This record gives sequence, C-alpha cells and structure tokens, in this order.
Amino acid sequence: MSTRLSRGGRLIERGAPVEFTFNGKRMRGYEGDTLASALLANGQILVGRSFKYHRPRGIVASGAEEPNALVGLGRDRRFEPNARATTTELFEGLEAVSQNHWPSLEFDVGAVNGLLSKFLPAGFYYKMFLHPRSFWKHIYEPFIRQSAGLGRPPAHRDADRYEHFHAHVDVLVVGGGIAGLAAARAAGKAGARVLLVEQTAHWGGRVADAGAIDGIDAADWVGKTVSELETMQNVRLRLRTMGSGVYDHGYVLASERLTDHDPDGDSHRGGSRQRLWKIRAKQVVTATGAIERPLSFAGNDIPGVMLASAVRDYVTDFGASPGDRTVVVTNNDDGYRTALALSAAGLEVPAILDAREVTTGGLAEEARAQGLRVLTGRAVAKVKGVARVEGVTVCAAAGEGAPIEDIPCDVVAMSGGWSPVVHLWSHCGGKLSWDETQAMFRPDATRAPTGADGNPFVIASGAANGDLAARDVLAGGHKAGIAAAKAAGHTKRTPAAPKAEAVAEGPILPVWVMPAGAGAELKSKMWLDFQNDVKVSDVELAAREGYESVEHAKRYTTLGMATDQGKLSNINGLAVLSQSLGEDIPQVGTTTFRPPYTPITMGAIAGDARGKLFQPLRRTPIHGWHEDHGAHWEPVGQWRRPYAFPRPGESVETAVRREITNTREAVGLLDASTLGKILVKGPDAGRFLDMIYTNMMSTLPVGRCRYGLMCGENGFLMDDGVVARIDEDTWLCHTTTGGADRMHAHMEDWLQCEWWDWQVFTANVTEAHAQIAVVGPHARDVLDRLGGMDVSAEALPFMHWANGTLGGFPVRVFRISFSGELSYEIAVPAGQGLALWKALLDAGEPFGITPYGTEALHVMRAEKGFIMIGDETDGTVIPQDLGLGWAISKKKSDYLGKRAQERPHMTDPDRWKLVGFRTLDGSVLPEGAYAIADGRNANGQRNTQGRVTSTYHSPTLGHGIAMGLVRHGPDRMGEVVGFTNGKAGTIKARIVSPVFYDPEGEKQDV
Amino acid sequence: MSDPVTALGGASFAGLVRIAEMPPRGMITLKGDLSSANLKTAATKLAGVDFPGLRGVLVDGERGLLWMAPDEVMVLLPRAEAADGVAALSKALAGTHHLAADVSDARCLFRLEGAAVREVLAKLTPADLHPDAFGPGEVRRTRLAQVAAAIWMPDAETVDLIAFRSVAAYVFDLLANATDPSGRVDYL
Repeated sequence: MSTRLSRGGRLIERGAPVEFTFNGKRMRGYEGDTLASALLANGQILVGRSFKYHRPRGIVASGAEEPNALVGLGRDRRFEPNARATTTELFEGLEAVSQNHWPSLEFDVGAVNGLLSKFLPAGFYYKMFLHPRSFWKHIYEPFIRQSAGLGRPPAHRDADRYEHFHAHVDVLVVGGGIAGLAAARAAGKAGARVLLVEQTAHWGGRVADAGAIDGIDAADWVGKTVSELETMQNVRLRLRTMGSGVYDHGYVLASERLTDHDPDGDSHRGGSRQRLWKIRAKQVVTATGAIERPLSFAGNDIPGVMLASAVRDYVTDFGASPGDRTVVVTNNDDGYRTALALSAAGLEVPAILDAREVTTGGLAEEARAQGLRVLTGRAVAKVKGVARVEGVTVCAAAGEGAPIEDIPCDVVAMSGGWSPVVHLWSHCGGKLSWDETQAMFRPDATRAPTGADGNPFVIASGAANGDLAARDVLAGGHKAGIAAAKAAGHTKRTPAAPKAEAVAEGPILPVWVMPAGAGAELKSKMWLDFQNDVKVSDVELAAREGYESVEHAKRYTTLGMATDQGKLSNINGLAVLSQSLGEDIPQVGTTTFRPPYTPITMGAIAGDARGKLFQPLRRTPIHGWHEDHGAHWEPVGQWRRPYAFPRPGESVETAVRREITNTREAVGLLDASTLGKILVKGPDAGRFLDMIYTNMMSTLPVGRCRYGLMCGENGFLMDDGVVARIDEDTWLCHTTTGGADRMHAHMEDWLQCEWWDWQVFTANVTEAHAQIAVVGPHARDVLDRLGGMDVSAEALPFMHWANGTLGGFPVRVFRISFSGELSYEIAVPAGQGLALWKALLDAGEPFGITPYGTEALHVMRAEKGFIMIGDETDGTVIPQDLGLGWAISKKKSDYLGKRAQERPHMTDPDRWKLVGFRTLDGSVLPEGAYAIADGRNANGQRNTQGRVTSTYHSPTLGHGIAMGLVRHGPDRMGEVVGFTNGKAGTIKARIVSPVFYDPEGEKQDV
Repeated sequence: MSDPVTALGGASFAGLVRIAEMPPRGMITLKGDLSSANLKTAATKLAGVDFPGLRGVLVDGERGLLWMAPDEVMVLLPRAEAADGVAALSKALAGTHHLAADVSDARCLFRLEGAAVREVLAKLTPADLHPDAFGPGEVRRTRLAQVAAAIWMPDAETVDLIAFRSVAAYVFDLLANATDPSGRVDYL
C-alpha cells in the first residue's frame, strides 16, 4: 500500500493541505504535490488501463516520461485529456478521472483483450483486418474505435485564453537543473542575454542526488545560484516553461504554463492559461537531463513496478511512499541511491538485485555497510501479482530464469541505466553517437545542429550530454555556458566552474532482456512500451518478419508512439531489435526525435487568434454604413463586401433583383473601394506594363483608360482590370479585390528578380482611396447635382478619366463600366469616403438612387458577358479560351505568357471556350454543372464537353443566364446541350452569345 | 470637401499601456535613389528633419522621415500639407526617377504609451524589442499577428505604429487584448 510518510518531502508544504478528487473520490494532498505523488499518498497506485490489452497500469515515473498515469483533468469547458499526473501540480479542487476503461478502472471488460494477447501480436491489425474487405467498415473499424484510444476529446469550447510572446536572446538554456543553472550563470557572467527555462515548478532538477556543491549542500547551492541569476540584468528565468522544439536558425518554441497549477487563483485572473514563447536564440544550451530506463523482465508492467529514480523522488521530494517493501533491481550503481533513500526514510528494502557479477562502487559499499542485502549476478525472473506487485521471483541474471527464491514485496524499483534527453539536440539535425561504456546514445558534438552560417548553434550539457556524475554535470554546464556566450559574441571573464564532490561509481552492465537467456514464455510478458502494450516478443516478431528499419518496426509494433513518444521504451526497444537482427545498436539507430518534446495544447498554438482576432477583417471606409443599413455580407479575401442590402421584410434574393432593376432603370451606388490600385511609375513603366499585360499599355494616352489582362509565365489568366494613364511616366493599375496584394507582389517579383535594371517604381495605394461607382441612366444627373466638374459625354467620354472636385470633394473620376450602364467610378481620399458616399446618396435621392451589392454587380456583369476572375478563370484558363483575343496584342514581341500560349496544348482547337447558355425552360443552370457528351470514359463516367462558370437569374431578361466553357463553343451557336443536374437528371440549354444585354454597348457609351 | 476622418474616430484604450488612434497625419511614400543629394534635400526640406540612415527615423512633432527600404522613405507631415507635399516633391525631383504618393489615408496611426510598451508589442510582433536592439531613432517594418505594421519610438516609453487602414479595428483589438492588465510578462 502506498502512503504518505510522516516526515520528509522537500517539495511539499505540510501546512497547506489541498483537497482534490480522483474518479469522484475525495482525496487530500499538500501544496507542492504533483497529482501522481498525491495519488500515491492516498494509496492509489492503479491509475489507468493500457491501450490494447486494457491491463491495469500504475504510476511508473515521476516526470515527463510517464507513460501510464494519464488522466482527464477538469470538466466541461476546462476539460483536458491525457494530462500526465506526474507533471500536473496539485491544486485545491482539482478533478481527475482515469482513462481507457469501461465500465470502471477496477473492473474493465476490455481486459479480455489481454487474455487474447496471443492472438493480438505485432501488426495484428494489418494482418487480420485485410479480409474480407467489407468487414473493415462494418465490423473491424467499429470494434477498434470502441476499444482503442486514450483520453476523449473535449466536447466544449475552451474557457481559457492563450497568448504568444516573442523573445530574442543570445543564449537560451533549456533545463533548470544544476547543469542549466551553471550554464546560465556562466553565459550571463560572460555578458550574454540569457533566458533559462525549466519545465517543472522547481529549480535544481535531480539536485537531491548531487551531494554537496562548492562546499555547501547542493540544494542551498541551487538557491544561491538562482538568487544570483535573478539579480543579473541580462538573465531571465522562467519556471513551468517547457522547451518544446528547436527549429532552423535558432528558432525555439517553449510552452509556459501560467495558471494550470492554480486555475482559479487571483494572480492571473482573466489572464492567459498558457503562453507560447517564440524564441530566437543565437545559441541554445540543452540541459534537459536524462531519463532512467526500465528493465525488461516478465511482469514489469504490473502496478508497483516503477523506475528506481521515481521511487526515491516520491519519497525524498514528496514524502510519499510507493510501498512498504521495495526490491531494487539494477544494472548500475544509481539503483543503490534508491535503496539508500528508502532505507533512510525507514522503509524496508529486502534485497537489491544487481545483474552485475561484481559491484565495487561507493554507493554499493554504502548499501552493504548499512546492512542491506545485495545480491549480485541476480535478476528478476518474474513479478508476482495481478493488479499490484506481491513479490518477485529471483533468478540468475545470466540464466534462463530458473527460480532461486521468492521475495515478497509491494514495489519493484528498476534501474536499467540512464538515457540522455537528446530530443532538443536532435530536432534540428544534431546527431548521436553510441557510448559503449555508459550504454547510451549521447550527442555527438562534432555533428551538432548548424545554423545559416554553418556553425553549430546547439550545445548539449550535463546529463543531456551523457555526463551523469554531478561533478561532470556542473563542469559541462559551465563550459557550455561559456562556449554559447562566446559563439554569440560575449567573452567577459567568468568565475570558476562550480564543483561537486566526486563519487566513485562502477560501470553499468547493459541489460536489454532479463534474465539474459529468457525464453519466449517470459519474453511475451516483458513490456517495452507500457502505454501501447508492446512487448519484447512483439519487437522480435517484427524483426523476424523483416522489419529491419527501426522506423518501420516502430510503426508496425506501435513501439514509442502516442503521447509519450517512447521516452521510456525507445532505447530498450531498439536494443532488442538490434539483438534480434544480430546487429550493433548504433547500426540500428534511433527513431526520429520530433517536436514537441511533450504535447502542447492546441490552445497555446492558436494563441489569441480566436473570436474577432481569428483573422483580420478588412473594412472599407464605408463599411460601418453598410453595417448600419443591414448589409448581407460576402467574404472577399479578408474583406467583407455587401452582397445585397435587403430591406426590412425583404429576402436577399428579392433585394438583389430590386437592386439590379433600380440600377438598370434609374441609378445605383456601389462601394468599389476594395479594388486594387497599384501605381506604376518610371521611365521604363510603359515597357514594363507591356510585359505585365497582354495588351499594349505604353500607347495608352494620358487621360485614358484601358481594360487589361495579366497572365503568368505559363500563360494562364491571373487577373484583370482597368489601367489609367496618369501622366507621361505614371500608370494606375486596377486589380480585382482579391488580386491587389498578389498582383503587386507579382510585379515586384519580376522587377526585383528579372528586370532589376528597369527604372520602375510601384506602390500599392489600394487603401489610400475610397472608390464609389455611380451606375445607371441617371448617373450623370447625380454627379451634375453635386457639381464641380464637367462629366458630360464630351468632356469625359467613355474610357476616360479626369481629376476635379464633386460637391467639394477632391476626386478622380473614371468613366468605366462593369455593368453595361452609364457609369462613373469616383476615387476620393479614404478619409472622406463615407462623406462622399452620403453626399451621393443625398444628391441621388430625386433619381431614386439605391446602393447595390456584389451579387447585383455579378449579375449585371454576366448579363453583359464580362468575365470574372475566379469564376471564368480557375488557373487553367487562358485569355484565348474566353474570347478575349482582342485584348492580346499582336504587335508586341513579348509579354508574360505569350510563349506559353503558343504551345500546342494552348492552341488546341479542342479547348473548351467561352459561350453563353440559355436554358430551354428559362430556369437557372446549377453552379459548376457539366455539359454532357456522348459515351463514357475509362472509369465508366459520362463524358463531358464543357462546364458552367457563372449562372444567375437575370431580372432584366426574366430568365436564367449562364456563361461557361464548351468544346468548340463559339462554332456551335444555337446548338442544344444537356447539363448535369444531380439526381434530377439533365437540363437542356442552348449555346448562345455570352453577351445577353445591350450587345452593341450603346448604354454605357452615352 | 469634408474633414478627413480616421478609421476608428480616435478610439482609445488603457491597460498595461495606453493605446490611442491618432488624428489624421500626412504620409508620403517617396521612392528613389536615397543617396541622391537632390532627393535628400527635397525630403528634408519638406519634413524639417535630417535624412535618416539605415532603419532610422527622425521625428519632430507631426513631421518626420522614416527609412522604409533601401529605395524608400516615408515623409510625415501635417495632414493638410500632404497633397502640396507630393506636388513639391514632384517638382523638386522632376526629371529624376522617383515615385511620390500621398498615402495618408491608406494608413492608420496609433500611439502606445507606458513603461510596458515593449512587452505589449512583443506579444504581437516577431521583431526584437529589447532595448539593446530597438529604441528611439529606429523604425521596424514588421508584422502584428497577421498584418503588416511599422513601429518607431518617439521616446523610451512611447511607440508610434502604422498599419493599413482597412485593418485598423483588427490592430486596435489586438493591442487592446495584448495590453490587458492580466497579461504581464515581466520579461523585457
């Protein structure tokens, strides 16, 4: 039975009790507890069920590597699945539920999978569920979905806020153990801007193992050093901040937990729950420590079998005892630390099983001196018990597992040696080398991650670098700090490195399977991956079946997948794989280490980008008026444009028809401010625009407008718009709303990369002006009523522009039309846009002026047969397809897209070309409908000969109108073709001219 | 002619720092050869300040010059003088390759005041705002969350910020959110 000890626990406040619940049961802990230590203190060692066999699972570790103790935290809008109990700080009112069991943690139906484990070997899913095919959808998948999976996803919106923060430093130190503290101190003293982050709530890491530093207790040294760092102006310290990933160019993400330990506290009321740090570091020092490896013996997954380091952490850090009688099983000296710590806490250690034949280290000597029973050359044959350890059967470490004796116990503390946390070193390409002596992969400093200048930017230090002894850890951290500061350009004198007492330790004996000669029976009970139920036998099977690559074996067996990403299982798993393949461990190698180090929340990634900050919403100067007048909105890029202005009681559809009719018969008003406006100026501007546009722009006279097409070098139509010649060397290019930024970038791309010696400047002045279209037979009357400039047909003919004033507003008036009506587009400084809009409404009142939206605009342009970028074009359409040959200069020797448009496929007479469609029954063709051709293609589908690109009801004409692309279209006028209409069959339509309204263009040119 | 209005009508908010949309300001984009004495003279005459160096900014009240790119500066001046300013530049630079455009109304201008101003902005911009890297006299063209912006510091606790006019409300909401008193970072 695990319990709280009456004394000890350096991290807990016994004077500050905290209440929490686990599966609804009320429990008590102390401030400073983790959820895991509090559960142990409350006698709760069973915390979950495994992924595949639903076997009982207990707490194994004391940190980020924990594979089992995953819980659902909180409730409703603050529910979070898969939270690690070992890294969850306890707070008053914490609610936790265990996962992956049904109906209860203690009694789980799915555990029957465990009885069937013989039939669920590695790759089982791949082997079994292939046949028959129909079974997958109806039987296999529902079954797997029901039984697999860890936590359930939250069902509610997240109640909390999250934020981002950008920091730039010379040296980022990740990990606040003694190595990280030494590194930060050295780098800080050298003069560098330093940020030190630590994932837990405490500085010092495994300081309890360190003895004395610089002649004082190691914990006091930590306190002293932190105080010193806090006084340094150039050093910043952050606890509860996990270095998550290292990316190119010294970019590092770190996730800070602001309120997780105190969600309802006052200190951060209303503030963010977590903060994602986006750090640019010239140098990164990883001081991320090491993780102890489990040992693979039969029954090593039974609750009560724990990492030796975790057992002593719970006792020394939290005063929580995992059990009364602990058998320590080890292959290295560190396991003895646990035995000594337990012994010092008054707990029983009936035996230390040491797989090594000879142990000479100081720790072993101390254990013997204290009278502890040390059995060398011994191993665990198997663990007894089902839901809780009841004892171990001892055997010879070198043998096949023949029992020597049984030792009753309720905890097994295992130590298989330590693996440096090399994740951050590896994220950006740092390589590892296999250290035969210490049986570990460690960072290879000669193959470090390199930055843009080819120089290393990550330095591993301390245990993360494979230095396990405190003396080496401190020396390494100090040295890394100096080196990092120097690489970042800071070389002030630094004080001497801190020194720890040396402890003589004996060498480790690598043990990958225990006992060494274990047979199949035992191996099928040795767990490598506790979370995913991968056993030694599974990896061996994968090897036999030809999975030689460690990456393939990982995916085939699921070893090292899911939330813990194999922090405990990777090295043991690949060692077993290498043994099975008869290769050396370095030849097999590791799987890839990818960020994040431990999972970070989606909320932290999203940051503040939610609600109204999810995306920028671009507003024209007249946006507010539209809003006040009931605009029905349409998103266009990041703009919102009024789709229509329905009146009270009016449907959107009716509003659109009314707006069209009013514009065609009287006068309408459109907010066209979103259209792109790009100034192009310079001695070479004309030459430049002749390349950008398919037609001639250099010959456009000052004061005139011309419609133009812009293609990419592949010939496809990108954008269109009206170009106005402002003066001798200035042109103003209008683009579509969505094309403004893209086309400006396109122009700059060609100017900067290809024609860098041409004298041309461009400026995107889209937002400098509001632009208002006054459209309809009374348009001129409205402008005349405002007065100030002559806008008569003689003074300002069609496709001309003029500067002047209207009603006192400084304006530029373009006589251009996208509707086929008499039309003026009036540009005014944006700050006066709304005032002009209102003035036009007032002036137009006697003529029945009404605003219209984008849908009316679309219908009117379709009635005129004008194309719309994005409707008639989709990135595969060239101007020639759209009957726009008239806008392609034959005189120019070149323009962007010209050569491409001459390729055989582009000149193929079979290309689909633009025509109009009119349904025989007057109905509206479905959007995107295909024109059907005879026969079927190789896939058994109907052949097609064209498609609809725009389709509307025309209130002007009283029937449906459409535009589309059809094979040989222009040659087939009058022909009737069938269009797909979903399950309703086909609709017949006649091929007609795309210009339905005023084909002579008489109305716009009056 | 009506008086020009800003996008947000002078909205303001006070949190860790005070945020206010500034009244209309004249802004002229001037592109050309920045090493040309002719251009420098024309720009400094109009702006009433010296010509800035790389990433530099010089301001004096409503007037100033911002280095925007190797071939571009921005002239700050009273809003009412912008149109004449463009005309003056065009006249002074006639015959030399340049572009001068009145972009006063294409921008929104905010002022942020308070000791925490660097920290508030560091939530939104990837630019290095440490005093060693950025302070009065420098301009940064950068981004705030998802939109482009430029910032400069009239003094040690004040930032002036321009962004595109259409996203003024987004920028204001970003700043107001970032300046929430609950969000102290205590880093910079």
